[in-house]
Amino acid sequence: MKTLLYTSALAFICMITEMLNLRKFILPVAIVGLCVVFGINFWEWGNAQSYYYNMVVTDDFSVAFSGLFLFLGILILLLSGNFYKNEESKLSDYLAITLFTIVGAIALVSFGNMAMFFLGIEVLSISLYVLAGSKKKELRSNEAGMKYFLMGSFASGILLFGIALIYGETGSFDLQQIAEFATNNQLSSLFYVGAGMILIAMLFKVSAAPFHFWAPDVYEGSPTLTTATMATLAKVAAFAAFYRLFSSSLVNAIPAFAWVLSGVAALTLTIGNFSALQQDSFKRMLAYSGISHAGYLLLGILSLYGKTDNAIFFYSVAYGISSMAAFAVAIVVAANAGSEKIEAFNGLGKRKPFLAAALTIAILSMAGIPPFAGFFGKYYIFSEAIRNGHLYITLFAVVASIVSVYYYFKVIIAMYTEESSEVVFSIKPAYTVVIGICIALTLALGLFPGILQLL
Amino acid sequence: MLLNIFNTIPIQYYIMVSAVLFSIGVMGVLFRRNAIIIFMSIELMLNAVNLLLVAFSSYHNDASGQVFVFFVMAVAAAEVAVGLAILVTIFRNVHSVDIDELKNLKW
Repeated sequence: MKTLLYTSALAFICMITEMLNLRKFILPVAIVGLCVVFGINFWEWGNAQSYYYNMVVTDDFSVAFSGLFLFLGILILLLSGNFYKNEESKLSDYLAITLFTIVGAIALVSFGNMAMFFLGIEVLSISLYVLAGSKKKELRSNEAGMKYFLMGSFASGILLFGIALIYGETGSFDLQQIAEFATNNQLSSLFYVGAGMILIAMLFKVSAAPFHFWAPDVYEGSPTLTTATMATLAKVAAFAAFYRLFSSSLVNAIPAFAWVLSGVAALTLTIGNFSALQQDSFKRMLAYSGISHAGYLLLGILSLYGKTDNAIFFYSVAYGISSMAAFAVAIVVAANAGSEKIEAFNGLGKRKPFLAAALTIAILSMAGIPPFAGFFGKYYIFSEAIRNGHLYITLFAVVASIVSVYYYFKVIIAMYTEESSEVVFSIKPAYTVVIGICIALTLALGLFPGILQLL
Repeated sequence: MLLNIFNTIPIQYYIMVSAVLFSIGVMGVLFRRNAIIIFMSIELMLNAVNLLLVAFSSYHNDASGQVFVFFVMAVAAAEVAVGLAILVTIFRNVHSVDIDELKNLKW
């Protein structure tokens, strides 16, 4: 609760400092503020509480995920100083909207009522629509914003219809009361149709196939930092909300949709991995790889009645930090080489060994190769899925992750074996810091996965 | 008198009307090509939901459904404001609101 309030307050402070003409201090204030909130967040650890008649419920799950969102938020803010260098007059808007994205994400993991869940999803999405379309003069960015907006609000409509049907069946928006009603009563088809529509809307939001078609376009067209926000913060937040909603109130619906979910997971893995093979744009490849990661995380959702929150959290952390490192490297390369194609990475191993090594580690972690964090993320998710009796889909996911190694290695091969086109390279210290932090964490979590068994 | 009429119409009828309205909205989003009409279709979807919420709220004798409608309205207004802003920037660049013009990124 405190986390939610303080982060919103920080966003307002960002907007007010612009009015007071203190533009120089906005970025440091926002970063230091988020670090403070990150610390305050863990005061609520181990002390589950509910506020405002169960509107907001904080427990270990919400504290752990809020911590991850704040951490990713700090990294994004560190990168944004240089990224928005040419648009200083709009810096406060960018920062405030980014902070509101984090507010939406935090609301999405600490809701106790459908109203709060809906508000969280909308705050997160509306901020991202603005950020995706924020390069006003660039048609590609406009187009990304428009596509994201249309798909997002379409999904919100479906989500709301589902919520309305669940309300019609149970007579309440409170997750606890819905869960009580669902266990004590014979459920009619209204409940299942409602749960199905919420499921579809959430699959839209996490960009699982066959609802994934917006993701590559939006990821490619948006400014790269916004793409990083969408791929890490928004995707993880959507999955955490998915887990929290279905595990706390709609558990009864999961067995009815188990076949649908395994089918969607299989389709997502196939489409994500095989489409990523054909991409020549690095951003678009990361978008498809993000789709395939949604497939792996869906295995955690599929077996959520076995309490898979720890596996999902570990995977989210591993995926979040390695993606952030990959996007940070992509921003540096794109700024220097002026292109987001995979060819732009040619010869990076000779020109900037640090960047090349960092990207290699991030990519190996995403591919799930030990000893990096991504390996244990996949390991926990797969073992949970097998423990809950989803053997075949897990085998399928293992095969899919072998396919993914191919396109990940395409980038590594480009970096180390291709000839470089001579470009003078410069890296800003903020990028070095962010990449360093992400890589250190990826290695630490890969070598000592025991330190993050929080839930 | 009027309240009696509301209570004598069974809840199924409300569900059907909102489902039909919602489907019209979905069809509009999927098949129309003018961005403004797509926005209107999305509003239609949201209003179908509002109707359903109010009907259920009166059916359950529970006010929270009607409060939820206010949340939906407020959020829909915010959402459409952002959407229209994006549409204006697109119109400035391509002088059209036809979403088929948006194919710089491959679908």
